[in-house]
This record gives sequence, structure tokens and C-alpha cells, in this order.
Amino acid sequence: MKRTTPIARAFSRNETYLLFILIGLVAVVSLINPRFLTGRNAFQILRSAAFTGILSVGFLVVLIAGGLDISFTASATVGQYLMAVLLASNPQTPIVVAILVPLAIGTLLGAVNALLIHKLNAPSIIIAISNLNIYYGVLQMLSGGTWIYDFPDWFGRLGRGFLFNFVDANGAAYGLAYITLIWLFVALVGTLILRRAKIGRRLYAIGGNLEAAKRAGLNIFGLRIFAYAFLGLCAGVAGLVQALNTQTVAPNALVGREFDVVAAVVLGGADIFGGAGTVGGTLLGVLLITVITNALTILRVPAFWHQVIIGAVVLGSITVTSLRTLLAKRKERTIDVS
Amino acid sequence: MSTFIEFRNITKLYPGVCALDAVDFTLQKGEIHCLVGENGSGKSTLIKIIAGVVKPEPGAQMAIDGQELAAVQTRDAIDRGVRVIYQDLALFPNLSVEENVAFGLYGESRGPMVDRRALQRRAREAMDAIGLRLDPTATVATLSIAEQQQVEIARSIVGDLKLLILDEPTASLTRTEVDRLFATIERLRSRDIATLFVSHKLNEVFEIAERVTVLRDGRKIGTYRPDELDQKRLVHLMTGREVVTQAPEPLAPDAPELLRVDRLSKTDNYADVSFTLRRGEILGITGRLGSGRTELALSLFGMNPADSGTVMLEGAPLAIGSNAVATRAGIAYVPENRLTQGLVMQQSILSNITVTVLRQLLGERGLLDTAISEQLASDWVRRLDIKIPNLHAPVQTLSGGNQQKVVLSKWLATQPKILILDEPTVGIDVVAKNSVHQLVKELAQGGMGIVLISDEVHEVLANCHRVLVMDRGRIVDEIVPGPDAERQLLERFNLA
Repeated sequence: MKRTTPIARAFSRNETYLLFILIGLVAVVSLINPRFLTGRNAFQILRSAAFTGILSVGFLVVLIAGGLDISFTASATVGQYLMAVLLASNPQTPIVVAILVPLAIGTLLGAVNALLIHKLNAPSIIIAISNLNIYYGVLQMLSGGTWIYDFPDWFGRLGRGFLFNFVDANGAAYGLAYITLIWLFVALVGTLILRRAKIGRRLYAIGGNLEAAKRAGLNIFGLRIFAYAFLGLCAGVAGLVQALNTQTVAPNALVGREFDVVAAVVLGGADIFGGAGTVGGTLLGVLLITVITNALTILRVPAFWHQVIIGAVVLGSITVTSLRTLLAKRKERTIDVS
Repeated sequence: MSTFIEFRNITKLYPGVCALDAVDFTLQKGEIHCLVGENGSGKSTLIKIIAGVVKPEPGAQMAIDGQELAAVQTRDAIDRGVRVIYQDLALFPNLSVEENVAFGLYGESRGPMVDRRALQRRAREAMDAIGLRLDPTATVATLSIAEQQQVEIARSIVGDLKLLILDEPTASLTRTEVDRLFATIERLRSRDIATLFVSHKLNEVFEIAERVTVLRDGRKIGTYRPDELDQKRLVHLMTGREVVTQAPEPLAPDAPELLRVDRLSKTDNYADVSFTLRRGEILGITGRLGSGRTELALSLFGMNPADSGTVMLEGAPLAIGSNAVATRAGIAYVPENRLTQGLVMQQSILSNITVTVLRQLLGERGLLDTAISEQLASDWVRRLDIKIPNLHAPVQTLSGGNQQKVVLSKWLATQPKILILDEPTVGIDVVAKNSVHQLVKELAQGGMGIVLISDEVHEVLANCHRVLVMDRGRIVDEIVPGPDAERQLLERFNLA
């Protein structure tokens, strides 16, 4: 019986490589431009990563369960827009109610996706693309594309607030944003669900071998509802966070932001066909994408290059994964010719 | 000994078929019972009825563990300690060994969180009970099929296991792995756990069974002790006729050389392989899994090009760099696994047979001509006596033996000079097996050179002119079938 050492095990994991790449990237960019490696910029990165980060946790859960749902930006938009309409029309709305609106709407829309996918027995990506278009379309139609800026005071305080008071060389204060804390909290909940809760292990099971899960008597429908509703909930939280961050809500602000989420989760080592992935890897994937974008901005690389580079990074990561699988397979087939 | 399962008058009708016809079946506590019969004899249906997955027609009397049941539900069977391990294992490849073994704990324990300690304890107990020594934290996907099977047995032993049903458990195991499985079954028996074992491999039946039940065409022929039977009698009971294996016609002394392989080597695959194949010859290659036989076959078919050495086809050197080259040169290869490599299961019989020769099926406008295609496919169906509903039915609706004949047709359609068969009779029943062997001999008679690869020693000895033995990538012996050959192979190479 062979047991692997902790070090060997660490090197068989995606996270270890991601961490090294992240550290290497930070070192290189810092050498080129010292403005990159400052406390202010670090907290800024954590703040701007929150939106993608929160969505990534939800997307990971669905991916592990063997689904593929990219309608989350639309759910997030619908949730945040209705919240904004409510706050603009009645600034006295209790804080709790205002916050619950996007969360409830996200959860509901996620559950609707699961219902359709399960009952129609349709590929999840098709349902997701259809619903993405329906949600965006209906919202554009009803809102007439109007932006909303009128938020009560508490909304601004929550969005700008941070913990730990640091002061930079120019005398400006900065710290760990509440927004970042919300992300870390979602990640913690995600970790607990996936690693420690029975429902999480069952999600891995249905993503790993659906037929075996059926034979083991798992409630597939219930598990799917949970996974997609959880993604919907995350979308609601992300919609809230994005509104807090920018203090504006527009019906088309989040269009196209799905790609960063998918890229981060894939970079983080999750299996696009389900059954594998960790919150830790996803966190690193999100940080990597955000750091790259931030570094390109600081290095004054024109914005259209950002997309090209992020795309190339994802392709590169897929190439490495595929090469490693190939090598492992080849090793397996080796015959010791004596 | 007391009775665990007592079923009387079990009938099951499917549209147009009587799968089981008034079958009585009894199984004692703690016994090792084999269920044999050809494809379509009703074995699977009987297993499914015991497991409560399929309901029999009214009139059946069923008792499990002394308790009369009006209808067996899946839950009843599980509650009474019946577990089934199907051929396609029901494991979670992405989870660890211990989590797979103790997965049932999630359904039993209270609270939303995983109790890691209980999980590990249960997994360890179950693994110890069957003597399974594996890293409990290893991912199941990294294990061999045999190890995965053991993991599934460990899982089923959790709880109060009384009867383990194994559906063709040895189909993809090597001899050593089969021994390991049998040791586990013996171990279960010592804990008074019965095993119902379905197999096509009759030598295994004699090795392990305490009683054998034979089914034919949905009827029970009888239940026997192995000492009442021999292989020939058992085959007769299963098929209702004599199945005679004829040795191939002797090779003409002046048969010209077709293929000459000289010192062929490939790093980490095989080394220094030399042999010749003559027109009309059936050359067997045997050896354990991992002896390099499949790698060699793939090289001859261009899918795993060799590093060094030469291949001469009819006296002219041939560099086989791809399977396109091989096919054009007249070499055909029927792969080991017909489900994943040989057939497109959802596609029609017609498409599967014609896929290798599409270029010959073009009509006037350069498009596929349906009439020519159907003509060609139905010719092969007739020549190989393939039982099909119609040419447009998906291949997956056929039995294993008929599927294998479709794979054969697909390659015979290319009119090859050399036919390489890699484990051509895995998982098909006695009669189908025999007809594949018969066909191989007829093809050889017609002048084709045939390489027959199999780890069933009996299969190569009974059907080949010469047999090469491979071990760790080298040809270590050449044997001419004879009365002593089987024992020789067993003693020298531990093959049986």
C-alpha cells in the first residue's frame, strides 16, 4: 500500500502551481513598476476581484454538479436593478429588505433554471443561454435602459467602507473593503458546503458519475435545485456588491462579464465536465485574472489587449492540463521491457 | 444450510419475448452459486428480479430469508442484504476510496455535515473485512478496473450483506486479478455471505461454484453440483446442442509468406519482436495484460509506430506510420474493446459496416449511393449470419456476439490480406464465440493471414496453427498446439 507524502501530494495539485505563478507574476510586475506592490493596490485588487470572485464560487458549485450555467450575470442584473428601483422610489426601505431583494430574486431565477434543465432533460448550457437572453431582454424592455444613481446614504457608506485604517504616503486612507469581506464570507460558505457538508459531497458524486448517483438513490432533482439556486444566490450577492462598488445600476452593465468567471474557475482547476474543483483553486484563479488585468492597467497596456491576454492565459492553462493528462496516460501504458 | 432465496414460478414477459418462463430458483445461505446461460437466456432478468429492479408477472411466489413477499421492491432487497455489482461499476471516479466505500453513511447519519471519523472508520472496517489494501485517500479514477471492483465489493459489504450478486465480474480482469476476486468471494463465504456469480467463462465456473444453475431461452434447465458436470456437458445444457471446436485445417507446406516482422522494438512497449505469418495461417499471440501484445498489434496497424525494426509485406518493406497506410496495404485490426473502439453504438448497422469503405460506395454524382451501401451491408450480414432486426437499427440494440460480427464485417469489407483480432470473443456467449472461431478458420482457408490475440490460452490453442507467448514486451516462446501445450503454458508462464 503506497501513501504519498504531503509534498508530493502538494505538487500533484493545481493550486500549488497557481500559487507559484501568482507569486512569480507579482514579483515580475513589481520589478517593472514599483507602484504595483503597494498596500493600497493590493486592497484595490481584492476589492475589484469581489464581483468575479463571488460569482465564481457559485459557478464552481454548478460545474462540480455537472452543470454549466452562464445566465448568472443576467440574474445578478435583474436582482440589482429591482433593488435599485425599490431604493430610488422609497429611500426609507429597511436595509434588510433592500439587501434581501437581489438575493431572493437570484435564488429564484437559479431554481427556475434547475427546474427547466431537470424537467426538460436539456443540456444546461442551452437553458442558460436562453434564459440569459430572456432576462436581459425583458429587463431592457421594462427599464428602457435607464441608469439608476439615487441611493440612500447607507448604500454609499457600505460601498466605500473598509476595515483597518491604513494611510498611504499621500495621506489618503485605505483598508480591507466590506465588499471584499462579503466575497471572503461567500468563499467560506462555499468551502464548508463543498468540503464538509453531505450535500456538497453529493454534488461531487452526481458530477462524477450521474448513473452511479442514481443507483445510490440520491435525489438528483433536489441536488440540482440546490446547486443552481446557490449560484443564483451568489449572483444576487454579486449584483448587490457590484452596485455597492460602482454606486450605479444599469441594465447592461454586466453583459459579457461571464467570461472572467468561467476563465477564473477553469484556471482554478475545476473540471468543465463536472465532478472536480475546489474553492481554493477558484480563489487563486480569480486573483490571477484580476492581478493580470490590474498589472496591464498599471503597465499602461491598451485595454483591448487585456482580453487577448486573458484568453491566451486560459488557453495556456488548458494546454498544460491536457499535457499533464497525456503524460500521465503515457506513463500508465509503459511496459517494463527487460 | 438454510435457504436464503426461494423463488417459484417466475415469469417475465417483455413485448414479443418471454424472458423468463415459470422459473424456480433457490439459493442457500452462504453458498457460491453460478448462473450460466447464453445471451438472451434470462440471466440478467432473473438478477434484476432478485434485486427488485424488475417485477415478475403475477403468479410468482417469492421469499427472501424465509419471508414471503408479495412483490420485491429495490428497498426490500437492499434491506434484506442483497447487493448487485453490475458490469459497469457504479463508483464515483472523482472521489476517494474511503468516500466511495462509505458513501451510504451520508444517507444514514443525521445532521448536514460529514462525520469524517465515522466515514474513515466504516471504510477501514469494510476494507479490512475483504482484505483490501489500498490507500483509502487515493482517487478511484487512478485505480485499475480490478481494484475498482474490490472497492465496490467493499462498499456493498457495509451493512448486513447476505447475498452479493456479481454480473460477469471477470470480463475485464487478468488471471491474477481473477484469483484475487475469487479469494475475496471465499472470504465472504467464510462470513456466511452468499455469492451469485454470472459468467461466460466456464472454467471459472468449475473453479469457484458450489452449485450451478443453467438457463436456456428463459427456461431453467436445472441446478447442478460442479462434480456432476464437465465443460462439454455444461455447454450442451446451455446451448441444447453439441458445440465442437475444430482445429484449423493444416497449413499448406508451400503457403507463401505474407508478413515478416524483424526485430521490431518500441521503447517502453516491446523489444526485439520477430515473427512471420504465412498466407492462410492463424497465428496466436498470448500473454498477460501488459505483456505488450496490444501495443504490438497497434504498431502493425500503424497506430503506435515502432521505433526500430522492419516489417515486410509480401516481400516488400512497409513503413507503417499510420492506420491509413496499414489499411491501404491490406492490414485490418479488430480492437479489444468493441464498445469504445470498434463501433459507433448509436449509429445503424449499415453505417457501422460501410464506414471503412465509403469511397467504394459512391454513386454517379460522387455522393454516397444508398442502394450500393445496403447491398454491401446486407451481403455481410448474410455471410456472417448476423441476427439483426433491420440494417437501420442502432448497433447497440444487438447482442454482444452480433455486435462483434458487425465489427468483423466492417473490417472484412476492406478485403484485407492480414486480419489482426485483439480479444475477439470477450463477453460473448459460447455459441457466438464458436461461430467467430469458425469464421476465422474459414477466412484463413480463403488465404487470409490471421493474428489472433487472446489471454484465454484455450482460445489460441484450439484455433491457431502456432502460438507466440509474450511476456514483458518480448516474445519468450513459440508453441505448437498439442495435447501437452495447455499444461506447458500454465506451468511456465502461469497462464490459464
